[in-house]
Amino acid sequence: MANKRNKDWSAYLYLMPVIVILVIFHVLPIFYSLAVSFYEWDLIGSPEFVGASNYLRLADDPMFYKSLWNTVYYAAISVPMSIFFSMLIAMLLNNPISAIGIYRTVYFIPVITSINAVAIVWNFIYHPDFGLLNKILDIFSIDPQTWLQDPFWAMPCIIFMSVWKGLGHNVIIFLAGLQNIPKHLYEAARIDGASRWQQFRHITWPLLSPTTFFVFTISTIGSFQVFSQVYMMTPRGGPLKSTMVIVYYLYRKAFEQFEFGYALAIAFTLFMIIFACTLFNKLYLEKKVHYS
Amino acid sequence: MQNILKVKNPAHVAIHTLLIVGGFFMLFPFVWMISTSFKGDDEILTTSKEIVLLPDVARPDFLNSQEDRDRIERRAERQRLWDKEQEKPAAERDKKVRAPFKWYDNYVYAWKAQPFYRFFLNTLFVTITVTAVSLFFASLAAYAFAFFNFPFKDLAFMLMLGTMMLPQQALLIPNYIFLSKLGWINTYLSLIVPWLASAYSVFFLRQFFKQLPKDLFEAATIDGCTRFQFYYMVVLPLSKPPMVTLGIFSFLANWNSFVWPLIVTNDTNLRVIQVGLSYFSSEAGTRWGPLMAASTMTILPLVIMYFLAQKQFVESQATTGMKE
Repeated sequence: MANKRNKDWSAYLYLMPVIVILVIFHVLPIFYSLAVSFYEWDLIGSPEFVGASNYLRLADDPMFYKSLWNTVYYAAISVPMSIFFSMLIAMLLNNPISAIGIYRTVYFIPVITSINAVAIVWNFIYHPDFGLLNKILDIFSIDPQTWLQDPFWAMPCIIFMSVWKGLGHNVIIFLAGLQNIPKHLYEAARIDGASRWQQFRHITWPLLSPTTFFVFTISTIGSFQVFSQVYMMTPRGGPLKSTMVIVYYLYRKAFEQFEFGYALAIAFTLFMIIFACTLFNKLYLEKKVHYS
Repeated sequence: MQNILKVKNPAHVAIHTLLIVGGFFMLFPFVWMISTSFKGDDEILTTSKEIVLLPDVARPDFLNSQEDRDRIERRAERQRLWDKEQEKPAAERDKKVRAPFKWYDNYVYAWKAQPFYRFFLNTLFVTITVTAVSLFFASLAAYAFAFFNFPFKDLAFMLMLGTMMLPQQALLIPNYIFLSKLGWINTYLSLIVPWLASAYSVFFLRQFFKQLPKDLFEAATIDGCTRFQFYYMVVLPLSKPPMVTLGIFSFLANWNSFVWPLIVTNDTNLRVIQVGLSYFSSEAGTRWGPLMAASTMTILPLVIMYFLAQKQFVESQATTGMKE
């Protein structure tokens, strides 16, 4: 039976529209890029084959390691922070309280706004002289900071803004997941005298795990590709290159210094890092996911 | 109000408090943005540590500090100079005398600087087309991934996820070359066709479809229901909630997309709103008032549309939990 089903090629009819477009616009360009990463090319002259030397140069490039470290720093703080707060808010919203629609709307508003517009607003909030943040800190007699111009603060500022921007998105996903958990499980647990923490640990956490897995996977991939807010808020990689993330480095190499071969070598290294992470998630973490 | 104050469960007080504090953080940047968009440069570029929420035009007199009164005095002076200048024949007027600030000036400045209405129409057309078609394609693919067993299924799934992992910036160069060979640069096709397939949407819907009872599928197919019938008559109606959620996500993503349209179009007639905003942003530099006005204009249609779709959206959330 299983063997017979396995020869079922007709499923590809359903996949065709998606596959055709993904292959043409997303997969073939990857191979094209892969080929170019072995060349030295400024897009104007003819490409010159240089073998693996782009990759060897990468292994030796301190700025690449710095940008990789900055990206890991961004991901390691922003992903858990976003999951923690969005799960917390989703659980608060999953109670039978009044004004729930208003809260839902409020938390979702940053998500619907564009990163460009929001980055302009936060640039102004973080402004050293006229910014709102320093004015608020002044109330608590905290000295003004230069925020985006400070090597220590620039990245936390971007992380905070990014978590703020993306929070509502994850809240909605977690909320949908929470509402799929049958209510009678909680009632049974309460009758058995389970505490709130025990209910979370033994009902919410395991039954929410498909959702958590989804959010974790998507957020990790997204955070390794962070670009727009860094580009809009800290041009040229920030003070002492403290916000130089890997995609920004790639962009700079390609569109400012016209080293397309080298830029695509960076892209592929990043791709392999992300792919390895995702494969690990799928093979290892998804085993712990509880599908009903 | 009575309803909010009459709390049945004391735990709800704590919940409301936490949610209100969080909600304040979520909203205040927008309040600040809108407020700043009605302020003149003389109000914005002040080193005063005071947080002035209301712009001068909306402030009752008793709130005015000495600094405000000085500023209002300076503006009145500017108005007098301007009026005097206007009495002269046009040719003799001193060009250095600027018109005094009026509360809507930032919006006028931004609206005149770029043809924003054209950008809105372009963005609307591209966004609606992409959202509708990509949702249909994604649901077909997710259906196959969730319910069928077929050769190379895991490989196909991993490859599809793989397309999400390569940074868009790396795809820009080869795609640009390819689209220009097709002659699609500066056409709506280049803004629409590459985005009709979304790996994210497929993954998202697959997660939901996997939670639908598989026995139902087995039973229906044994009873002679074709797969497409099952998709059309069972899966789609059951998955209205995730489809609405995804539709909104997709609409927002496309409305807000920036780097791609920036690269594949340079014709002003095809420019979308985000590209328009970034052009304006580099043009306006540190003129925070007009920048906040332009940001407000970019965000406002989305917020309005979100409120219109809100009912659907909330219903979709509510019904997700009902089916068992």
